Amino acid sequence: MRNAFIEELVSLATQYPHIALVVGDLGYSVVEPFADRFPDRFINAGVAEQNMTGLAAGMASEGYHVFTYSIANFPTFRCAEQIRNDVDYHRLPVTVVSVGGGLAYGALGYSHHAVQDYALMRSFPNLLIAAPGDPMEVRACMRYLAGNPQPSYLRLGKAGEPNFHTTVPDVAPGKWLKVADGVDRGDGRATLLSTGAAMGIAMGWSNAPQYRQHSVHSMPLWSMASKPDQIAAVQPFDVVETLEDHLRDGGFGSWLMEAVVGQPGVETQLRAHALTPVVCGTVGSQKILNALGGLNEQSAPGPTART
Amino acid sequence: MRIQSLQMVHRAKASHIASALSICDIVAVLYGQVLHVDPTQPEAPGRDRFILSKGHACVAVYAALSDCGFLTADELLTYGQDGSVLMNHISHKATGVEFSTGSLGHGLPFGVGKALAAKRLRTDWNTFVLLSDGELGEGSNWEAMMFAAHHGLDNLVAVIDYNKLQSLTTVDQTLRIEPLADKFTAFGWSVREVDGHDHTALASALGSTPWIAGKPSMLIAHTTKGKGVSYMENTVKWHYSTPNAEQLAQALNELQG
Repeated sequence: MRNAFIEELVSLATQYPHIALVVGDLGYSVVEPFADRFPDRFINAGVAEQNMTGLAAGMASEGYHVFTYSIANFPTFRCAEQIRNDVDYHRLPVTVVSVGGGLAYGALGYSHHAVQDYALMRSFPNLLIAAPGDPMEVRACMRYLAGNPQPSYLRLGKAGEPNFHTTVPDVAPGKWLKVADGVDRGDGRATLLSTGAAMGIAMGWSNAPQYRQHSVHSMPLWSMASKPDQIAAVQPFDVVETLEDHLRDGGFGSWLMEAVVGQPGVETQLRAHALTPVVCGTVGSQKILNALGGLNEQSAPGPTART
Repeated sequence: MRIQSLQMVHRAKASHIASALSICDIVAVLYGQVLHVDPTQPEAPGRDRFILSKGHACVAVYAALSDCGFLTADELLTYGQDGSVLMNHISHKATGVEFSTGSLGHGLPFGVGKALAAKRLRTDWNTFVLLSDGELGEGSNWEAMMFAAHHGLDNLVAVIDYNKLQSLTTVDQTLRIEPLADKFTAFGWSVREVDGHDHTALASALGSTPWIAGKPSMLIAHTTKGKGVSYMENTVKWHYSTPNAEQLAQALNELQG
């Protein structure tokens, strides 16, 4: 995902002359292509995330679309109030980029586990979350954000994630993207809906006996503003099971439930698959920690009864 | 401006009047003699940018914006009222205001971003940021100071409203910031000190930046919190209290002397 990100950023910066990249002293062997090609639009703010975000907002107020770049929780929680007050409240075009969403840096410990970032970022009323599930979605999200600069958060994995889409999909806030039909087609009324890097887990589960009739969807762009669209989106399904590599509290499944539960005409059964807090404070590889937290790519949970 | 500030705070039953009185002379000199701003084109690309980082002292800026023609006298009457754009911390929804603050430590990083953008875009306007002394406890200011000096942002001017009193007691008893000028110098800024109520001295300093090419300018303005109203001067209580009708009358009497 990192590679797709920097390739797109360099390409889009050629097309959009006001794209700038401000890094928090991170991005070794990633950001150089941008820094070398656009030195006048590249800044290393140093180990100072509050200033990084505040100055990004200041630059954005003068016409730049600024991408701030760091890893894990550093560009989000460390400078949460700068995102809230400076970026989101003033509706400035700053895209906060975090590499290592979820448990991608599992071995580095709790400080590097980004499993509460959706909870923070989805609480900002003007901010769009971009959580691509594969490199194709990274490209799609980048193109959307460059064409629609706004307060936004791009959550990336690390590197080496496989592609599940065969082409760069058309994305829009709140839009469900079909990634795969059910292995057994069935009636098409059950689906797994993932955001971010949980797409790989959803694809793994779709081969399990209990999910062979579930299609797989992805939602890479979502926000407070796109909640109302979800009522119509869930209605074609009897069962929607969400997946996310984030804690359940304040996460994507919670977001969808808030959007649709209790709404007139919604009879869809919802189930949220997310990480349990046992991962907090435990160290291990991403795969091991995801499995520990309840997201085992090779072993899907029991079926959800259909009503 | 002091009279307007007192009237706004009294009408809205608001706080922070002493903080506003502390900066009235600085703001008056900025808007009256230094800033290149035009109320007929409040968003003119070549305007100077002013950011009030100590957003709780906003009535002084609202008064200046009214005197300069950005806001009407009627708009000032809405200060702190239900649905008003004139919030009790400075609001960018008011004409002529660049940036909303209220949480301390946000103005200087934002101003640094503006100054950096001006350099990269090869424009010649300046950015002015007014901070409080107690606000210097926020680490984000020091991050921004390091950055501004490193990048040679000599189009950036910071002014410290150094009234030596903060929310509960004196600055000295809260978190000592002296030797302040030495700190700023060590951070790579060009530093001057001035009587923050002396218009001639303020205009001379603020009108002649950068004092050293390639360095951002830091003006330490020595002020008196509550300046101009005898019972408010150097008194913590007036960080919070609202003058009642009798107190307002006394204050206005002193100022109209």
